[in-house]
This record gives sequence, structure tokens and C-alpha cells, in this order.
Amino acid sequence: MTSQLLLKAATVYKDAPSPVVPSVAEIIVGLIAFSILFILLKVKAVPAFEKAYAARTAAIEGGIEKAEFAQKEAEAALAAYTAQLSEARAEAQAIREEARVQGSAIIEDLRSKAQEEANRITTAARASIEAERQQAVASLRHEVGSLATELASKIVGEALDDQVRQSGIVDRFLADLEKSEK
Amino acid sequence: MAQPGFVPPSSSDFFYNPSFGSSIVATKPVMLLLFSVIIITAFFTLSARKSAVVPSRLQFAGEAVYGFVRNGIGQDVIGEEFQRFTPFLFAIFTFILTNNLFGVVPFMQFPTMSHIGFPVSITIFVYIVYHWVAIKKKGLGRYLKEMCFMPGVPKPIYIILAPVEFLTYFAVRPLTLAMRLFGNMFAGHLLLLLFTLGGEYMLKSAAFVKAFAVLSFGLAIGLSFFEMGIEALQAYIFTLLAALYIAGALADEH
Repeated sequence: MTSQLLLKAATVYKDAPSPVVPSVAEIIVGLIAFSILFILLKVKAVPAFEKAYAARTAAIEGGIEKAEFAQKEAEAALAAYTAQLSEARAEAQAIREEARVQGSAIIEDLRSKAQEEANRITTAARASIEAERQQAVASLRHEVGSLATELASKIVGEALDDQVRQSGIVDRFLADLEKSEK
Repeated sequence: MAQPGFVPPSSSDFFYNPSFGSSIVATKPVMLLLFSVIIITAFFTLSARKSAVVPSRLQFAGEAVYGFVRNGIGQDVIGEEFQRFTPFLFAIFTFILTNNLFGVVPFMQFPTMSHIGFPVSITIFVYIVYHWVAIKKKGLGRYLKEMCFMPGVPKPIYIILAPVEFLTYFAVRPLTLAMRLFGNMFAGHLLLLLFTLGGEYMLKSAAFVKAFAVLSFGLAIGLSFFEMGIEALQAYIFTLLAALYIAGALADEH
């Protein structure tokens, strides 16, 4: 059975060409066909595909770049606002400080002026009181002297003409008066 | 015997007479091959024409294939310098894939790459490219030295290793590259032929044999889908190996 099959196979395949011996003509055709295909694809298809790839990459990267730019811009604006805010705060603080200093200076100034004024008024009052007192004392002294002399002359009945004696008596009297006051 | 009996398919089923004239250009495989060049170019040129940022459906399809070869094979395997080789790998992949898929396309139904001449011609290009790239980068002397005397191996081993490595680079790689593609396409097509011709033969036979024809045709259909997978896989493997050889040629050490 097996030998019969083999025999049959041998007769069938006797004239069959060998499939592993390449035909030179086909190799040449293959070389040419592949060369043409390679060149056409290299010139027509590959650059266009690469262009699409590059455009896509650029589009994506462009988007990312744009977003990054916006982010940076926002950060810069925030920084500027923060800087301005702190500057304004510092300025306000400075103004407040200055106002405080100025205010206290003004108060101090006013106080010293008022003190001065009060002192001046007091001094003036004191001076005028003293002056009035002196005047009063002087006039009293004079009047008391003449009154007493007059009274004494009336009482004693003798005129104290002598000016020297008269003033000596009055002075002595006044000195006694001041002594007894003390 | 009056009846000739079942004639199983053989390699002679792969060889066509010229459709017209006597030139080899007029045979079915060659015409399919040339047709593949036209449709691949047409498809990718149309698909890439607008190169829009937001792709149309056609552009998306073209880009999917291109991106698969460019990123999935070129960039992953070759690395930094992959861009130089992208058109080459792209041409290899699309060329083999299209010609392989002809094996299951109705009315074409012939995988062009089952004629060994075509895998051989692509292999010749790969062979030239990976040797050329290595010689240009390292110089012939350093290339051969690195190839035969890989570092970190005891000296006596080189007696065996050097010839083996030399043969690998100059004979085994191209042979296996071409044979793998040819063998897969040849065997797959032969298998489909067997089940189709067998089914046809059984249909002409006695009634009770006819029932088995259904099974035979069913298998042929199932295997056609299986073949599609193999056809795509072989195109991928061929391109991947080409990229690996180029990557090896560019690498500084083994």
C-alpha cells in the first residue's frame, strides 16, 4: 500500500519543477518591482506621513506651549498684584506712623504753648498783684502816717512841726507795727 | 484504469504559462507582483496626500500601517537611527503583505511570494543594506572582526565560533530569510489546493463520497482564514528580521 502510494507520487511529481530553484528572470523582476515601490513610497508616501506626524506633534506641543505661556502670564500678574498690595500696605503703615508722630508732636507743641501762656499769664498776674500791693502799701503808709499824725496832734494838742521828729515817730510806729505783726 | 484517478497538486501547479506572448512578464505571478506595486503606491499616496493633522478615514488607515512599521518595527528595533530605514522597511512590509494576501483574494488566489525568486530579490536588498550599513559604520576589518570574534568567549572556542558566525552573516541569514517566506507561502497554498482539488474530485465521485466534499471545502475555507494570519505574520517577521539585522549592523558590540 505504502509502496504503491510512493510509486504513484513518484510518477505524478516526476515532471514537477523544483520550487526552490529561483528563476533568474523572476529575481530581476522582483528587484525592479521592489525598487520602484521603494522609490515611490519614499518620495510620495513617507514624507507626507512624516509631515502629518510633525504637524500633529507641533499642534500638540503648540497647545502645551500656549498653556504654559498663559500660566506664566497669570503667575506674573499674581506676583505683580501681590507686590503692589504689599507696597500699598507698607505705604499705609508709613503714613499711619508719620501721622502718629506728627499728631504727638502737635499735641506736645500745643501743650508747651499752653503751658507757656499759662506761665506768662500767671507771671503777669503776679506782677500786677505785687505792683498793686506795693502801691497799696505805699499809699497806706502815707495815709496811715498823715492820719496818725493828724490824730496824734489832735489828741496831744501840740503840733509836731518838726519834720524830722515827725517822720522818726511814724517810722518807729510802723516798725513796731510790723514787728508785732510777725 | 479508465479513470485517471485523483491527481494531487504539485509544484507544477505553481508555474503558469504566459497569459499572452511568451515573456515571463505575462505570467500570473509577475503580473500580480506588478499590480501590487500599483495598488500599494496608489493607496498610500492617496492616503498620505493631505497629511492633515486630523486624519480622514483613509489617511488614518494608511497611517496605521505606516505607524506600525515606523514605530512598532523601526523605532523599537533599530532605535535612534531608525528614520533612515523607515522607507525601506515600509516598502518591504507592504510589498510582502500585499503579495501574500493575494493568496486569499478571490480571483487572484495566488501568493506571489510562493515563487522563490521574489523573496530572493527582497532578501538581496536586505543583504546588501545590512552589510553596507555595517561596513560604512565600522569599516570592513572591524566589521569582520566583531562578527567572528565576539568578546567574552574563551579563545579556543573561536575555532568553531568564527566560521559559524561568518556563515550566519553571509549565508544562513539570507537563506533562511528567503526560504522562510517562500516555504510558508508555498506550503500554505499547496494545502489550500489540496483541499479544494480534493473536494472538487470528491464532488464528481459517488454519492456517498460527495458528503466528504463538504468537509474538504469547509477545511479549505477555514484554512484560508488561517492562511491570512500566516500571510500577515510572515510579512511582519520578514520586516522585523530585516530591522534586526540592520540594528545588529549598527550596534557597536554584539
